[in-house]
Formats: sequence, structure tokens, C-alpha cells
Amino acid sequence: MPMPADEIETLIRAGIPDARVEIVDLAGDGDHYEARVTAESFRGASRVKQHQRVYQALGGRMGNELHALKLSTATPD
Amino acid sequence: MTDSNARIEEIVNKADVVLFMKGTALFPQCGFSSRAVAILDHLGVAFETVDVLQDPEIRQGVKEYSDWPTVPQLYVKGEFVGGSDIMTEMFQAGELQQLLEEKDVAKAV
Repeated sequence: MPMPADEIETLIRAGIPDARVEIVDLAGDGDHYEARVTAESFRGASRVKQHQRVYQALGGRMGNELHALKLSTATPD
Repeated sequence: MTDSNARIEEIVNKADVVLFMKGTALFPQCGFSSRAVAILDHLGVAFETVDVLQDPEIRQGVKEYSDWPTVPQLYVKGEFVGGSDIMTEMFQAGELQQLLEEKDVAKAV
């Protein structure tokens, strides 16, 4: 089932309070999103760990309601 | 350790590069898996694929094994590297090539 973009953003922010979150609706169908998440607390963590933190924030929705989320993570410059 | 964990451990240690994916290298069943295959093809390394759609135990088990919720998943020499987004980022930064060289991974013949 599709998930609204602001809900994704809210969940990520709740799980990673210092995150800056940008959601792009890639296909305009409310189902294929890209999330760009930038957080100071990612510093020093591997890409895998950074992505895992976002997936944890999404609480099991990734791979279920959210099947097509393209994710990129970064630390602030 | 559960049976599926033991099976997955055996699979990821059987070949240098293993990609868990939906479909096969020739006929990927999802865009993310297709992209992962394209990257490995482009890098010219030998790799094995496991079609999770043919094996529900592996499909679920691999997510727990790596604490990663989605497929595709790339393993190099038994270690989890990432999904298709991380593969793409690493490839674009030249880091995936570097990792494969460092790990002395065999080229495709």
C-alpha cells in the first residue's frame, strides 16, 4: 500500500532527531520515493550502518508498505 | 544459529561475490536487482546469484542475516556490502572497484 511522503519524513525524523530529510516522489505515484537523509549523528558510521538507522526509524515498513525507497545518506558538510 | 542462517553463511562463503536478488542475472524481476547485476557486469567480476523468489526461507532469512530489509544484497568474501543504493553510490565513487581489488576478487571469464 502506498505511503504518503510526509509520513516517511515524520518517521525518519522521529527515529533520527538531527536528520534533515528530503523526500522526492520519483514516479509521481506516491509509491516510488527517494529519501535523502543528512545527519550529523551519521558521522563515523559506515554507509550500511547509516542506512540501517534509517530502516530502523521506518520500523519494519521498508520492504513492506515501502517497497521502492531509494535511499541516500550523508553527513553535513 | 537457525538453519536458514547456516544455509546463508554457506552460500556467501561459497563464491567471492554473491548477489541475492529477485530473478536471475539474465532475467531480473525487479529494477533494483537489475541495476545491481548491471554494475557487477560492468565491473567484469565473476559472481553468483541467488534468486530469492525461488526460496521463501532464503528470502526471509537473508534479511535477518544482514539486518537489511530489502533485496538485492551484495556479499563479497562472505561480508555484507550493501543493497543496490549503496552499490550504486560506491560504484560511482570508485569504491566498489577498489573493494573488489583489495579483496582480490576473481574476474569474469
